[in-house]
Amino acid sequence: MMAARSESIGTRLSDTLWRRPAVLLFLLLLPPVLWLGIIYLGSLFALLLQSFFSIDHFTGQINYRFTLSTYAELLTPANFDIILRTVTMAACCTLASAVIAFPIAYYAARYARGKWRAVFYLGIMMPLWSSYLVKIYAWKLILAKEGILTWALEGMRLNWLLEAYLSLPVVGGNSLSVSTTGTFIVFVYVWMPFMILPIQAALERVPGSMLEASGDLGARPAQTFRHVLLPLALPGIVAGSIFTFSLTLGDYIIPQIIGTSRLFIGQAVYQHQGIAGNIPLAAAFAVVPIVIMGFYLWGAKRIGAFDAL
Amino acid sequence: MHSDRAPLTLKLAAAGGLLFLHLPILLIFVYAFTTEEKSFAWPPPGLTLKWFAVTWYRADVWEALALSVRVALISTVLALILGTLCAAAVSRTRFFGRETISLLVILPIALPGVVTGIALRSAFSIADVPFSTWTIVLGHATFCVVIVYNNAVARFRRTSGSLIEASMDLGANMFQTLRHVILPNMATALVVGGMLAFALSFDEVIVTTFTAGQQQTLPIWMLEELVRPRERPVTNVVAMVVALVTMLPILGAYYLTRGTDQVAGQGK
Repeated sequence: MMAARSESIGTRLSDTLWRRPAVLLFLLLLPPVLWLGIIYLGSLFALLLQSFFSIDHFTGQINYRFTLSTYAELLTPANFDIILRTVTMAACCTLASAVIAFPIAYYAARYARGKWRAVFYLGIMMPLWSSYLVKIYAWKLILAKEGILTWALEGMRLNWLLEAYLSLPVVGGNSLSVSTTGTFIVFVYVWMPFMILPIQAALERVPGSMLEASGDLGARPAQTFRHVLLPLALPGIVAGSIFTFSLTLGDYIIPQIIGTSRLFIGQAVYQHQGIAGNIPLAAAFAVVPIVIMGFYLWGAKRIGAFDAL
Repeated sequence: MHSDRAPLTLKLAAAGGLLFLHLPILLIFVYAFTTEEKSFAWPPPGLTLKWFAVTWYRADVWEALALSVRVALISTVLALILGTLCAAAVSRTRFFGRETISLLVILPIALPGVVTGIALRSAFSIADVPFSTWTIVLGHATFCVVIVYNNAVARFRRTSGSLIEASMDLGANMFQTLRHVILPNMATALVVGGMLAFALSFDEVIVTTFTAGQQQTLPIWMLEELVRPRERPVTNVVAMVVALVTMLPILGAYYLTRGTDQVAGQGK
């Protein structure tokens, strides 16, 4: 009796939902939208709000009156330098990532078959998913003065080359692990795997006959690459660059562990909210990557990069 | 069609790129056995298993590991529920604001982690929420949803709607259909999504530094060792174990989705 009754309640509820798909849709969407809307968007909004407040430099108290002065502070030479440095680094990393990722993606898309396909898939996925801190730690080991890189260069009698390079301004430093070059290498290493899959996806859609046709019409391989392959792969490259660019923009751990004492945006955010207690300035700094990525995504959408994701 | 051979330069460049990706991680496996305590000297002066024993008896490592596993488990369960619901809504029907919902799900992973982190941190301080396991979970579950969502949406897209209609035509109600038709169909996609979400949460450090307060997850423990190295041998061993553990979900995901057109783990 009870079983039949409860079943009829289930069936009745089910019938109601079937007849009113809007109610079902509402019930399905309610938990995720509440979670993301309240916890995530709510926090983002609170952050945005704080960036329009300012801090009283004498008392260290936050002044809760609407002002743009915190944003104006971003334009002071010291702070603007941080933004410029971060954006330059993100652009360099993106370029380098594209150059290293392209051959891997191209080989995986066009030549890897059977067993090699699996090798490439895992060969790309394992570094992508392996631990972020372990990857940074590995480079700390490699770039250390007593580490494997110095050892290898000494073995090849090339350590004068490293020393000459390190004596250069801007990119050099005491050792690679405290130089901007070191930061650059680790950024490329950690974010480059994100570039491979979108390029591979774009290249897999390029018919091989098109490249053969280009060759048949007399193009040298370099010309085929320049005029056929690259334009067709571009949406994929741009899609991948969204990741490398955004992830480099917001990272504050890599430059903190490997690099100079010159700050990046992420570090500035961390320090202003932490030690300095200047939440409004930290919030304003955090808005910078949001705005930059907003423009970036808008541009990427126009190129058609989202179809390659 | 692709019977032609790859040019040598392409082969070399691809192989070089893959070596660049893998060699540094392999180095971690050697350093875990080194007898050197004070520096990162290469080549290792000798090999030993001693540090594994030392690490085994370290209470702080075990506590950090326990917290990480607890946070990752809760976040995965939450992400599974929220991500599947969202995927079901988005893939079964077309409605106004559908694009906005997809954007909302992807946003936590598209914006830099430092933004998510400081946004949550300032929200906690405004709302006077004390730091706990749950503050970490709030952040992690938020960016894990997209992983489950991606996997679930791909599977829903390949599940034919007529299957569900057939089940209902044969007299099953919506809950029976869910239990006997939809869930079995979704199972592997959800397992893969769950494993990847677990891996993502287990390894996350950027958002966690803002939401953990004084608590230590395993990545935070490692970060402190990286910033101020105190016990390099123990860190070497922990790094090796973490590198091994993080390989498991992606290997599992590979074996479960082998032979389908879906590429698991694409949207980290």
